[in-house]
Amino acid sequence: MSMSVTEIRRGLAEGRFSSVEVTQDYLARIAQHNPVLNCFISVTDELALAQARQADADLANGNTQALTGVPIAHKDLFCTDGVRTSCGSRILDNFIAPYDATIIENFKRDGAVMLGKTNMDEFAMGSSNENSFYGSVANPWNIGHVPGGSSGGSAAAIAAGLAPGATGTDTGGSIRQPAALCGVTGIKPTYGRVSRYGMVAFASSLDQGGPFARSAEDCALLLQTMAGFDPRDSTSSEQAVPDYSAALGDGIEGLKIGLPKEYFSEGLDGRLAAVIETAVDELRKLGADIKEISLPNTSLSIPTYYVVAMAECSSNLSRFDGVRFGHRCADPVDLEDLYKRSRGEGFGEEVKRRILIGTYALSAGYYDAYYLKAQQLRRMIKDDFQTAFDSVDLILGPTTPEVAFEIGAKTDDPVSMYLQDIYTISLNLAGLPGISLPVGFVDGLPVGMQLIGNYFDESTLLGAAHSYQQVSDWHLQVPELAR
Amino acid sequence: MTLKSDDVRSIAHLARLHIDEDAIEHYVHDLSSILSLVDQMNQVDSSAVVPLANPLDATQRLRTDEVTEVDQRDKFQVIAPDVEAGLYRVPKVIE
Repeated sequence: MSMSVTEIRRGLAEGRFSSVEVTQDYLARIAQHNPVLNCFISVTDELALAQARQADADLANGNTQALTGVPIAHKDLFCTDGVRTSCGSRILDNFIAPYDATIIENFKRDGAVMLGKTNMDEFAMGSSNENSFYGSVANPWNIGHVPGGSSGGSAAAIAAGLAPGATGTDTGGSIRQPAALCGVTGIKPTYGRVSRYGMVAFASSLDQGGPFARSAEDCALLLQTMAGFDPRDSTSSEQAVPDYSAALGDGIEGLKIGLPKEYFSEGLDGRLAAVIETAVDELRKLGADIKEISLPNTSLSIPTYYVVAMAECSSNLSRFDGVRFGHRCADPVDLEDLYKRSRGEGFGEEVKRRILIGTYALSAGYYDAYYLKAQQLRRMIKDDFQTAFDSVDLILGPTTPEVAFEIGAKTDDPVSMYLQDIYTISLNLAGLPGISLPVGFVDGLPVGMQLIGNYFDESTLLGAAHSYQQVSDWHLQVPELAR
Repeated sequence: MTLKSDDVRSIAHLARLHIDEDAIEHYVHDLSSILSLVDQMNQVDSSAVVPLANPLDATQRLRTDEVTEVDQRDKFQVIAPDVEAGLYRVPKVIE
């Protein structure tokens, strides 16, 4: 039982099953597997069944929207009115959001059922989901390995068949990297495509929400619901949203696809390179025109990213002060003690490291050397992509340098963890969209391939990924425990 | 770039973040290794490059100055750690 969003919609429309039945199925699978996988921080059983009953009534009345009755899981950093929104952090362990994020409203508008809130690295800071106050998530393909992060709970939930679709956010790869490590499809849209209103901020100039599902076809449906202008997000784009599902048939023939030589050099596990090359051959057979390109400033993207992300996080996370919501320390002696101990007790190790580095980078006398310098390199990285897109339609490479590593393997060395993001973070710096899709296995663990598109060209990304998924079955593979 | 223990203490104060005294050395090590990674930025001369703040080079959108939010004080105060008479309580600031 690993139905796609597309199959569930069809089954509901044809009356082969009800939304309550399909929702109960997923809730039962969550109850069975979550104790081991830890994908969900909160399971909203009662709410889900109430929404499913409403969906069944709507289906009976012909009052159907795009996702009426389809169960979806949401990353636990989207605010959900009346439901705990923890962000994987102790500091928000008691935080019941007083309003819905825009994308949550969108899913409600389109009739979706919310199964629960998924586990994540605290405040989306991490590449392994080991930084959650609620514990690590296990990779469904091998429970001794990480699912990737920060949206690890969402990716693992899809892989294990605990939800047919889920939301995530991507600041430096947090949708694409766990999608790759769990063998599912995930798309990070162009910066500004999906509203950030009600999405707890990590690094505001990089953060972007997007969907996970089993296929590009399903991602197109979910992105359609999520995307669009929102006056409540000051960086939301006013550009019209195309019909993503209609573009799936556009195919790949004649598309010029660039392979950046910097993405296939040292640092990439040779076995992953071989898997990616096989997929590239498939795209060639489908009529793609493959050529080598160069993104010369790729190696600068990691230091640049971490300065921008940590500076913005230190500023954004200053709102967690123990005064109006969230954790407050016991018996503060004065206001400074209240701030310091509430934050010291509420934040985990990685979040503290990033706040400290960000504070340092923004402190008097260091701004030019760090934040300003990083913003200059950021433009150079963006310019590399713009030059590349003068001669290609898409850019292709691995999503990650290696497959899912063992839980605990990199926790003592933050820098080696950061290097996992080498192929994903430059897109966030440039604001470009990217999709990760499964293209094979190494050591029984999934390998992800990343396609990068031009600004607001999610349609071409989804169409190319869909074409590949029409001639391959990697996206249909399921781990033993989901069979 | 290598930090000293006192650097970590002063950054933690700026960030209003309590760090246990016996964890300071651990942070000195971790933060110094992150700053070494960050120092790779200096391999490149970017002095002539215009900084990029918004990835789409967009400027802040303005809206008309109209009230659009409604008063939800009661709802917001339900999740506050300590409130009294519609206010948020904190330790005494002024003697």
